[in-house]
Amino acid sequence: MLGLEKKDMRFLLIVLLLTLAAPILLNPFAENSAMAQFNAGYPDLMQRIAIFSIFAVGFNILFGLTGYLSFGHAAFLGVGSYAAMWMFKLLSMNILPAIGLSVVIAGVFALLIGYISLRRSGIYFSILTLAFAQMSFNMAYSVLTPLTNGETGLQLALDDPRVLDAANTSGSLPDTSLFGLAMNSTLKVEFLGRLFQFNVGYYVCGMISVVMFYIALRIFRSPFGMMLRAVKSNQHRMSYTGLNARPYTLAAFVISGMYAGLAGGLMAAMDPLAGAERMQWTASGEVVLMTILGGAGTMLGPVLGAGFIKYFENIFSKINDNVLHSWFAFLPHWIQDPLVWLFARFTGEGWHLTLGLLFMLVVIFLPGGLVEGGQRIGRLFRRKQGAGGDGPAHPPKPAPHVAE
Amino acid sequence: MSRFDLTRRGLLRTGMIAGAGLAMPTVFTSSAYAYTNEPKGKSVTLGFNVPQSGPYADEGADELKAFKLAVKHLNGEGDGGMMGTFSSKVLKGNGVLGKKVEFVTGDTQTKSDAARASAKSMIEKDGAVMISGGSSSGVAVAVQSLCQEAGIIFMAGLTHSNDTTGKDKKANGFRHFFDAYMSAAALAPVLSKQYGKDRKFYMLTADYTWGWTQAASMKEFMEGEGWQMVKDVKTPLASTDFSSYLAPVLSSGADVLILNHYGGNMVNSLTQAVQFGMRDKQVNGKQFEIVVPLISELMAKGAGKNIQGILGSSNWNWKLQDEGTKAFVKSYGTEYGVPPSQAAQTCYVQTLLYADAAERAGSFDPCAVGKELEGFKFDGLGNGPTLYRAADHQCFKDVLVVQGNDKPQNDYDLLNVAEITPVDKVMYEPDNKFFAGGELGKCNNGA
Amino acid sequence: MDAIILQTLNGLDKGSAYALIALGLTLIFGTLGVVNFAHGALFMIGAFCAVTMQRFLNLSYTLLDPTKKDFLGNPLKVQTPYVEHWFGHDTGAAIINWSVPLSILLAIPVMLILGFVMERGLIKHFYKRPHADQILVTFGLAIVLQEIVKQVFGANPIPTPAPVEFSGSLDIGALIGFPANAIVYPYWRLIYFLFSLGVIGAVFSFLRFTTFGMVVRAGMADRETVGLLGINIDRRFTLMFGIAAAVAGMAGAMYVPINSPNYHMGMDFLVISFVVVVVGGMGSLPGAVAAGFLLGVLEAYASLNEVKSIIPGIDQIIIYVIAIIVLLTRPRGLMGRRGVMED
Repeated sequence: MLGLEKKDMRFLLIVLLLTLAAPILLNPFAENSAMAQFNAGYPDLMQRIAIFSIFAVGFNILFGLTGYLSFGHAAFLGVGSYAAMWMFKLLSMNILPAIGLSVVIAGVFALLIGYISLRRSGIYFSILTLAFAQMSFNMAYSVLTPLTNGETGLQLALDDPRVLDAANTSGSLPDTSLFGLAMNSTLKVEFLGRLFQFNVGYYVCGMISVVMFYIALRIFRSPFGMMLRAVKSNQHRMSYTGLNARPYTLAAFVISGMYAGLAGGLMAAMDPLAGAERMQWTASGEVVLMTILGGAGTMLGPVLGAGFIKYFENIFSKINDNVLHSWFAFLPHWIQDPLVWLFARFTGEGWHLTLGLLFMLVVIFLPGGLVEGGQRIGRLFRRKQGAGGDGPAHPPKPAPHVAE
Repeated sequence: MSRFDLTRRGLLRTGMIAGAGLAMPTVFTSSAYAYTNEPKGKSVTLGFNVPQSGPYADEGADELKAFKLAVKHLNGEGDGGMMGTFSSKVLKGNGVLGKKVEFVTGDTQTKSDAARASAKSMIEKDGAVMISGGSSSGVAVAVQSLCQEAGIIFMAGLTHSNDTTGKDKKANGFRHFFDAYMSAAALAPVLSKQYGKDRKFYMLTADYTWGWTQAASMKEFMEGEGWQMVKDVKTPLASTDFSSYLAPVLSSGADVLILNHYGGNMVNSLTQAVQFGMRDKQVNGKQFEIVVPLISELMAKGAGKNIQGILGSSNWNWKLQDEGTKAFVKSYGTEYGVPPSQAAQTCYVQTLLYADAAERAGSFDPCAVGKELEGFKFDGLGNGPTLYRAADHQCFKDVLVVQGNDKPQNDYDLLNVAEITPVDKVMYEPDNKFFAGGELGKCNNGA
Repeated sequence: MDAIILQTLNGLDKGSAYALIALGLTLIFGTLGVVNFAHGALFMIGAFCAVTMQRFLNLSYTLLDPTKKDFLGNPLKVQTPYVEHWFGHDTGAAIINWSVPLSILLAIPVMLILGFVMERGLIKHFYKRPHADQILVTFGLAIVLQEIVKQVFGANPIPTPAPVEFSGSLDIGALIGFPANAIVYPYWRLIYFLFSLGVIGAVFSFLRFTTFGMVVRAGMADRETVGLLGINIDRRFTLMFGIAAAVAGMAGAMYVPINSPNYHMGMDFLVISFVVVVVGGMGSLPGAVAAGFLLGVLEAYASLNEVKSIIPGIDQIIIYVIAIIVLLTRPRGLMGRRGVMED
């Protein structure tokens, strides 16, 4: 179905189901319990995870398949955001034209940068992309301020023209919407002490990310994908057979740039503000980390990596010593205080430290990223099952099937 | 509006369709909210969004200490701090509107994206009714507009750009801190008194919006005092080495250098300027001088000896001798062992002001709270008589001209109050050219 | 004319920091084949060696002075550094005054040990792994190192002044016939420039004139053959890593008077030092040094007001523009070899 093999189809369906059920799955803890801190099922974080999944999946098409490590992909994300914001300001609050333009602009931008950067390979390519991205960032922050609004970031204003929309008389800024369906409208359901939030914006991001995931899957399985893998494994041999690798890598670069632009456009659509620091090298580094952490070259890896990093950034950074004190309140003071002190090194303002340590641990012990971790656990399960007869109750995890 | 409006908060609040759709036996939908995150239980949650990583992390830590202290005092713990000296007496130390005050914290990373993400999680996940904090104007403007859209109150922390209550002002946003225009207005007369009328100045300006507004304000006021500008040179924000920008200053004919830098930029540019020997040179027969329009305690600490004798402006200083300041310094000093910084003071005051306004309004509804804050006149919070102007949600109060202490007694004895410029010297009309262009819009309570 | 001379000086000075960091980075890459993203963090730790030295020399005992009050009205605590107590006030104060140059004595052993531990404990296991893994693990390490420094020293920059004797500036212009104040340059920057020349010279002569250096150079060219000759190349490479770390550390320690250290200063230098290394050509030591000085000088020229008025904002992007031009015209950087890091 849909041009996919059966196991890929099953895999895609699982991803779709997980995406649909995320607001429930990510909120496993009751509202007033101490564990509620770890709930991630609120719209903003779910949107971010979906958006960064798109970004990382797109990045993986370039890096995972061709091995070209771009250190400037954040520039395409930033350009996409600015393009979308200008559409919101000038044309309409409908997200479709905005997202469309952001993909196109990012694609053109990627074509330009890719055409030049792909003349070199290895680290020279990485530095070229980095140089272009840092140039874009520095200019967006200063010289290009009329276009980007510099430090403050490009935002909506009451007096924007928005030629397609009805005149705004409400005195408040309009919401981004899909044909009138506001992105920030949320259905809240309380159930068993848990508050589930079903947000329109999240479902838009989620569905788009499933579609983009599907497209990436098709690319991975296509002859074009094979060609890109050939670039990675041996570019010389490829050229000896009379094939020119450049058009293929350039196509991959532009596609992944368009993925990044789409992610940027969606970011602006969910939260209408585009800041320059989206283009900084640390932002480019973040998507590299996501992809490698999750497992470069695998389908699920970038998604896992994106979810992991965004979860950390948003959940761990909020565990302050007040929260810690409430966790350990049952202990006597002389144990509680040192324990809180110790934990506070790693949570709240210390969350970067935990992130750094986890990176190192994953890279040292799981060279294939989180996906490899999943595979190992999966293998462990299967071995056990082999010993205790077939257990249909434990379907194998989806990851092993698709991992390369 | 005629769109298929599901409203930003409880879409289909009745939950009937959801109940049927999900086919679950017991579905309880959240009861209707009159405004965003209306507190239903025994407590009310405030969100403190401060930089915990990145260059301003120490400033963020200071702000957080002040917030915690304010919450303590609101809940009736501790000695009450400035609640005792505050001219409004409705706060009783029993929480706000009888509800215990709780708080959540987040990390802005001094990036507008991260700041909005963390503010959103406070609003969507933790049910915060007010967000406060921040230590850069970019972040403040970004979070302010987010709060406007979400329908909660934003009490700005340390943000000094004219834009926060100028072209980017919002009905739900309020700023207690002073701005670049006031800095320049307060400094100009003092500078011309101390250094004479016949001066030529050279400016280095951080190349982004705050730097530009600061530079434009300084130029306007110094030229008003009869000074001449030699050049205004923009420096990249990411610079750590300013030598190439400092090197031409001495031979340019200027005899004053104005550094429109903040944070790490300012520490480095000032340190390096002093290394270039600028403070021991004579130019045009006059002593060469360096001016830093915005000085904070943490920057003074970072600059060490180089700050000695440098003039600049501050929102507040712990050495002031009014009752409010004394009460606050005592309370904060007892708690943390060091005197508070201006960032701590503005955050503490913002929290009290919010609580007081909610108490007087009898509701946490942002529109009701906003109405109480607009035009509110108060005293006893360390800055003397202060007005929260309704037209732009900016506080107007005296501005301090501070000078680096030549003989610091200890680590925090770094700045002296050189002069207090009275409020009428720094007052401006809401449509002043540095602030024109934006509009407050209507207050939004999210319903 | 005076402006050009000034900016050349400036550029050489900026360039010396770039060159020192790039030199260490290239030593590690050239010998071990490892891309070390933690190199900026090593520079930062060197800088904090200077801070530690300053703190150490300022270790004080506390006396309560009941005649004075602190801000809360309690008796004032008077701190007197131990060194002033032991050596007398004047000698003690002089030692504290010289804390930055003295910190070199601390930085060298600390950085050598840190380098050994890093190589033996972590990097060793990554020789056979892809460059992407090396980048990720050293980047993780960089984050961990800088977060630890942040938790110990805070995020605010810490003033660490040069000795008072060198805190002023020299009117070079007056010496060579320009009017007063035309070419003024701080003493400490001149010292830093000379210091970096010294370190670079030492590293090069070490590699050229010692047997050890010869083996290492041979190992850089062809690791396998040298290993087949029965030479234990591993131990020498460990030492090389230590030396590279020490070079970065010294560069950092001496840089603190120019740039008050804070915990993320390493990240500020990381990108630029990689650009320098690549522009110089991966694995080429002379290339790294030359590119360091070249980029420094061109960056300084780009900040000339005359240049900025022709191309606004050029000083923001000059480094990257040069990197792009060099890489497009000289595929492997200025002095790079074929086949290094191209796969």
